[in-house]
Amino acid sequence: MAPQKTETLPIKTASDIVAARQAVRLWAAEMKFSLVDQTKIVTATSELARNTVQHGGGGHMVMSIVESGIHQGLHLVFEDKGPGIADVEAAMRDGFTTAGGMGLGLSGSKRLMSQFTIETKVGEGTRVAVTRWK
Amino acid sequence: MERIPILRMGSFLLVTIQVDMHDQLAMTLQDDLTSAIAKFEARGVLIDISSLEIVDSFIGRMLANIAAMSRILDAHTVLVGMQPAVAITLVELGMSLPGVRTALNVESGMELLHALSESPEETEADGAAEN
Ligand SMILES: Nc1ncnc2c1ncn2[C@@H]1O[C@H](COP(=O)(O)OP(=O)(O)OP(=O)(O)O)[C@@H](O)[C@H]1O
Ligand SMILES: [Mg+2]
Repeated sequence: MAPQKTETLPIKTASDIVAARQAVRLWAAEMKFSLVDQTKIVTATSELARNTVQHGGGGHMVMSIVESGIHQGLHLVFEDKGPGIADVEAAMRDGFTTAGGMGLGLSGSKRLMSQFTIETKVGEGTRVAVTRWK
Repeated sequence: MERIPILRMGSFLLVTIQVDMHDQLAMTLQDDLTSAIAKFEARGVLIDISSLEIVDSFIGRMLANIAAMSRILDAHTVLVGMQPAVAITLVELGMSLPGVRTALNVESGMELLHALSESPEETEADGAAEN
């Protein structure tokens, strides 16, 4: 699945979260995802970008268009070199939060996207990769 | 600093969210609305989100906070104009917006506010998600 097109954006501030939402919206619209799908992808982007800023101490997002057979997908990777997550299983649960949030960012994004993987190591950082297939 | 305007219409406050809000702007709106409810002794708040293209957990929490805060200050909050795609996504995200009342448009939202602020004190059931 060699990416056709790729772009990297910094995710360090609240304004970067807005910029990430807008960039992903643009790509998803260009790829002709339905309005509901666009909304799901942009919402997941907002959640994961905010985690990168709030919990990961900032990082970046890599967006790319990928292909598998006849299917096109929008692939997003959120990466930071923050504190990592000690208990990923717990973090993936609805309502789990260490920051007084809703605890829906990770679990909700997983539901909103077709594929979701998380790699994290305490003291090294976190990498969340998601794809939405058309 | 950038701010979302709050309009006053008699005993009601009206807010139209038209921008893709960054987090600080959302927090400021929550604070401004709370102050405005107290200052004007408002009986109701109408928030028009028909221009909002997404509601994530952060905005969702802000809306739920505003609703909760307004109840403490003896006012009601009605959210109007949520786009269907946004509503579908919110449910999948897992946000139920407890205590937030909704209406289809500004007109029916205003009617609901009038009805709510005229009816005598409500009981337990008040605040359960409706519609
Ligand atoms: N990039 C990250 N780096 C370190 N910890 C993270 C990261 N992303 C998530 N976490 C941890 O996982 C928990 C759950 O994240 P999730 O996004 O589901 O909820 P939240 O951010 O706490 O609240 P919400 O997103 O609903 O406002 C966080 O509270 C945090 O402890
Ligand atoms: Mg989060």
